[in-house]
Amino acid sequence: MNAQPDARGHFGPYGGRFVPEVLMSPLEEFERAYAEARNDPGFRQELEDLLRNYAGRPTPLYRADRLSQSLGGARLYIKREDLLHTGAHKINNCLGQALLARRMGKRRIVAETGAGQHGVATATVCALFGMECVVYMGVEDMRRQRLNVFRMRLLGAKVVGVDAGSRTLKDAISEAMRDWVTNVSTTHYLLGSALGAHPYPMIVRDFQRVIGDEARRQILDAEGRLPDAVFACVGGGSNSIGIFHAFLDDPAVKLVGAEAGGRGNELGNHAARFLMGTPGVLHGVYSYLLQDEDGQVAPTHSVSAGLDYASVGPEHALLHDQGRAEYVTVGDAEALEAARILSRTEGLIPALESAHAVAEAIRRAPRAHDQVFLVNLSGRGDKDIDIYRENFPDLDEPAGQ
Amino acid sequence: MSRPASRIESLFARLRSEGRAGLIAYLTAGDPSMDRTASLIAALERGGADLIELGVPFSDPVADGPVIQRASDRALRAGARLRDVLDVARQARRRSETPILLFTYLNPVLRYGLDRLAQDAAGSGIDGCLMTDLSVEEAEDYVQIMRRRNLDTVFLAAPTSTPERMRLVARYSTGFVYLVSRTGVTGVQASLSEATAPLVRAMRQITDLPLAVGFGISRPEHAAEVGELADGVVVGSAFVRLIEEHAASPELESKLESLARGLSQALRTKK
Repeated sequence: MNAQPDARGHFGPYGGRFVPEVLMSPLEEFERAYAEARNDPGFRQELEDLLRNYAGRPTPLYRADRLSQSLGGARLYIKREDLLHTGAHKINNCLGQALLARRMGKRRIVAETGAGQHGVATATVCALFGMECVVYMGVEDMRRQRLNVFRMRLLGAKVVGVDAGSRTLKDAISEAMRDWVTNVSTTHYLLGSALGAHPYPMIVRDFQRVIGDEARRQILDAEGRLPDAVFACVGGGSNSIGIFHAFLDDPAVKLVGAEAGGRGNELGNHAARFLMGTPGVLHGVYSYLLQDEDGQVAPTHSVSAGLDYASVGPEHALLHDQGRAEYVTVGDAEALEAARILSRTEGLIPALESAHAVAEAIRRAPRAHDQVFLVNLSGRGDKDIDIYRENFPDLDEPAGQ
Repeated sequence: MSRPASRIESLFARLRSEGRAGLIAYLTAGDPSMDRTASLIAALERGGADLIELGVPFSDPVADGPVIQRASDRALRAGARLRDVLDVARQARRRSETPILLFTYLNPVLRYGLDRLAQDAAGSGIDGCLMTDLSVEEAEDYVQIMRRRNLDTVFLAAPTSTPERMRLVARYSTGFVYLVSRTGVTGVQASLSEATAPLVRAMRQITDLPLAVGFGISRPEHAAEVGELADGVVVGSAFVRLIEEHAASPELESKLESLARGLSQALRTKK
């Protein structure tokens, strides 16, 4: 199973490289640079050092007793990616790709961002490496993630608003690709999810595998056995593929990915690619895609900007078809409620994306006596405070009321 | 190679005998409406366009700059569908023998079905296809299916293409090879890319296929300059921008015709 993808980047029928010809050679160059780097002890050592001393790895595995007791079933463990520098798992991949960019002699980085977490992590590594940084972000996402826009600018990045299409992650990726196509000789596209043309899904996964590798060791230390189920949210799918990968060859471990159910089942109201999508090509990769009957990409909705995307990483598509991972939808309201529960029982305010994974674990825990659940808390919720305020008006009354 | 020459092959043979490069005109089908597209194609032909690239609108055109992005948007909002694009081609074919190349992103075609598209495109009098985001590595099935219907498959080569990639592009292409004259998205440029001449030279060493050059060409003097090097000169965004500016005007057709004429005459005038 670990042999995925094949030499041309296919995960079963999915994946591949569907981009304009201009980008083919740069993708080949990126693939070569990675192949060389992964066999270079110096590269691995530098990345490990940065992950430990700069980003804060390893992250703890926390046994969430109060939450478990309140649910009265499974024992929940939480993988604390929210404790990483910049507040989410995104930094794992950004550090790796920035090192690769430096090896390729690229001094300019472009990136897309939805929730802003990948943009902040990219801006951070660019500051660290002294690279020029341009982040594309849908204007709708800039509105709902204002704090992260400011953080990126404070870090020295240029944030370019994308006022096209749905003005969200999809359009930010398109614009980042157009920038890359234009400035390809000087620029590396630091894609933040396990998406896009080969070799991105493989490289991003490999840089995120550390989540699952650590968690597997940690839960064996804590429980003396593997978990019964692993939960992670799936937007493009980088944190989920990162934690799932360590358990792929353990068939007894259920892998559960939570997609955004949004506000309803109609096309346009959710980002439930596995529930409502069909295979198609967007942004260089063949995978499940929300599209209309003419092959036009459908609009999506999620309260969480990071899950608000019409396609999904190709390895998830394969795991879905194989039945190795199960993909479920969690609606806006359930995710918000899960965030409130986790905040009150454990003192952990999750990112809205991660709250989708927490919600599915909460849903299943009461009927899972004596089971061990592992939940990936991929990010912290500071960036979502404005959205939580809008959605919990009862908590936001003026002083003295 | 016992099959009869395609319209595209015949065109380039004729251009060669006339000693000039051809004008290849792109427009996005359905912008501002499908009915209008038929009359815009006729206007381009009257102006001297030798080959029509009929663009299929797509929701996420990553290879296109703002001008063609907006055209795609307008066409989709006006309800354009792939089957309507094929209908417009059929209307044009009834009227003239000008070769038509379907220019599209892959996903609408996957959804329509590759076999079905090949059959319907051939039936509509379309002469070949160019898939913007289909690399030669992924093109095996597509090329076979198109061949079966005698449709040409045009692939892109770019300044970033390695010699190995250029050989693959030439091997999979029939009709002609489309050279992207610079790295970047589609759109009008003030000057010609310096990458053009070396790219044409490199490709000439690899293949005898006709070579067309596109991306950024809008002015007659640029067309003339490229026409000295290549067998075809592609102009897209300049036409699409004119369509955008004058969509509501009954004079759009005559303006489009005269823009095409200026470019076409530049290709017919020897220095």
